[in-house]
Amino acid sequence: MTGPLDPASPDPVLAFAAALASGRVAVVDLTQTLSPDFPTIVLPPELGQSRPFRMEEVSRYDARGPAWYWNSFSCGEHTGTHFDAPVHWITGRERQNGATDTIPPADFVAPACVIDCSAEAAADADFLLTRPFLEAWEARHGRIPPRSWVLMRTDWSKRTDPVAYQNMDEEGTHTPGPDEGAVLFLLKERDVLGFGTETIGTDAGQASHFRPPYPCHHHMHGAGRYGLQCLTNLDRLPPTGALIVAAPLKILQGSGSPLRVLALVGR
Amino acid sequence: MAVGRPKRKNPVLRTRQATLPPAGRSRVALGMLRGPARGGLELQTCADCGAVQYPPREMCGACLSDRLVWRPHDGAGELVVETTLRHAMELHFRERLPWRSGLVRLDGGPTVVAHVHADVPPAPARVTLTAALDRSGQAVLVAVPPGAPPDLTTDPKLAEMTCDPKGRKALVTDAKSETGQAMVRALVDAGAEIVWAGVAAPWIRMPGFDAVAALPQVTVVPLDVTDGRSVDTLAAEIGHKVDLIVNTADHHRTHGLFGERGVETAATEMEVNYTGLLRLARAFGPVMRARAMDGPKGAAAWVNVLSVFALSGWPAQATWAASKAAAHALTLTMRAELQPAGVRVVGVYPGPVDEPWNQQVLPPKLSPAALASAVVAALRGTVEEVYPGDVAQDWLARLRADPKALEREMAR
Repeated sequence: MTGPLDPASPDPVLAFAAALASGRVAVVDLTQTLSPDFPTIVLPPELGQSRPFRMEEVSRYDARGPAWYWNSFSCGEHTGTHFDAPVHWITGRERQNGATDTIPPADFVAPACVIDCSAEAAADADFLLTRPFLEAWEARHGRIPPRSWVLMRTDWSKRTDPVAYQNMDEEGTHTPGPDEGAVLFLLKERDVLGFGTETIGTDAGQASHFRPPYPCHHHMHGAGRYGLQCLTNLDRLPPTGALIVAAPLKILQGSGSPLRVLALVGR
Repeated sequence: MAVGRPKRKNPVLRTRQATLPPAGRSRVALGMLRGPARGGLELQTCADCGAVQYPPREMCGACLSDRLVWRPHDGAGELVVETTLRHAMELHFRERLPWRSGLVRLDGGPTVVAHVHADVPPAPARVTLTAALDRSGQAVLVAVPPGAPPDLTTDPKLAEMTCDPKGRKALVTDAKSETGQAMVRALVDAGAEIVWAGVAAPWIRMPGFDAVAALPQVTVVPLDVTDGRSVDTLAAEIGHKVDLIVNTADHHRTHGLFGERGVETAATEMEVNYTGLLRLARAFGPVMRARAMDGPKGAAAWVNVLSVFALSGWPAQATWAASKAAAHALTLTMRAELQPAGVRVVGVYPGPVDEPWNQQVLPPKLSPAALASAVVAALRGTVEEVYPGDVAQDWLARLRADPKALEREMAR
């Protein structure tokens, strides 16, 4: 191909590339920086723990490697902004194509509906997203399309202090999330691709006490659907119309992975 | 000037470098370390004729037997004559003149040359002969007043052999755990000017910590020994001020060798207990080594809280004990690097500590407060190995008597 990209190209990819090049499509980064200071999920200490993100320098233009700088890093699969595969949960363990290396790659690119719960989460850290809340959203923005991401905007990512982000007291973490009714509605009546949040889990901080425990993990992964956590910049997305690119690392039988999540937004 | 702290150093003067007391010893004379390394006096004794001799030799001076053993000695004796040195060729003593020295005749034993504590009245006087580690890490003999446990901190010159927390600035690497909190409190109670309280994962709050953090001497600092950047950052910020480091960072789980699948927990134990210590040593060690004479209360000691099970293994907590064994091995190397610069490296070897991970361990267990008190007592003395509590003392005795027998007993 020679010459400038043609926005009227009959090839949809070339037309899209032209829109991207012209600035009519913005790329929004929904990813938190992977850093040792970013908190990992807190579980009772007698359980296995997620390794936090850690980085060790291999060389930095020095005796260990004169002309090059590089690091080794280590972390759990569910560290930083990360993707949850169906096999992450007991309910999803029998899913075909349910691990990071077997999920159909077409699922890694999908549209998103952004449910703004920021006012409610600011007022109540334990705010639960319910079916009526979703129905009210649909009354304003239209029906949630099948095979789309539903992203719960809480502005939790604006809590840059890790203590405020974790928001723990003697009873554990207090962060917003969906209730079981919302999850079942999204799955059974809207056939969504997955559920994404700005907090460390797709479930609320107190969801270990729900029935069932962790309803979003339980039902979403049981249905072969996905999760995205620790997202940021959801306030820069429109309620509908953003296209999400979220491809986890191709880890053999991985349960998830840190990843770069991008949103493409037309303007 | 604030009450209770030593006068600050004059910043226009070159920081004094350490001049250490003479460290040369014959191989047999290194036996003198046996007592003061753990606290106490041991002297060479002939197994055949019973003669106690000093200085140590290859053979008994009385009967020529080579069956010489080291035995604890109560040190009872008399300061028969003393002198005050006003000239010395050794740089260490030259900088500290005048220096009080004397001859102590042990009851029923030899006469020895000893440093004389300021609290001892003029000769002749009854004294207790004790052994201490000087800033070279070598054993020296000190005549102290009889009757009370030796306290070198009350003699302005001999106090240099100690690492007294009073007026010093200390870092407790993990101040959130029960042991860490007790350690911070004990250092504050011992008169530390500043205690930096290291905190990892600040979103996890531990009961009691807020009260510790609120103490006026305490400054909370972020420190995660598993994160090299965190360790290096703190070392850059306060490394040139820290006089005492007490490494309490500990990842403690209670798995036997076959008690858990995989190595994830064991790897974290190693990451905190061994690699974490290595990170700390490399970040804080070199500058500590340069600061042993930085002002009247320079860099003095590095304390690693280990475990007697680092020395014997512990099947019930196999992987944790192994990680402590690795930290113990590194502690020996740290001593080799830091002691020649005048910084003492103290290994602390308690039995089971009464903390949540030892809930199911039968008493006796050492309370965190007792552990912290033992660390402070070690710093106010001159020891480099501490075995606090009954279990640790029992273990030490059995390890010294017959480590193989202890290994079998541990396996049952």
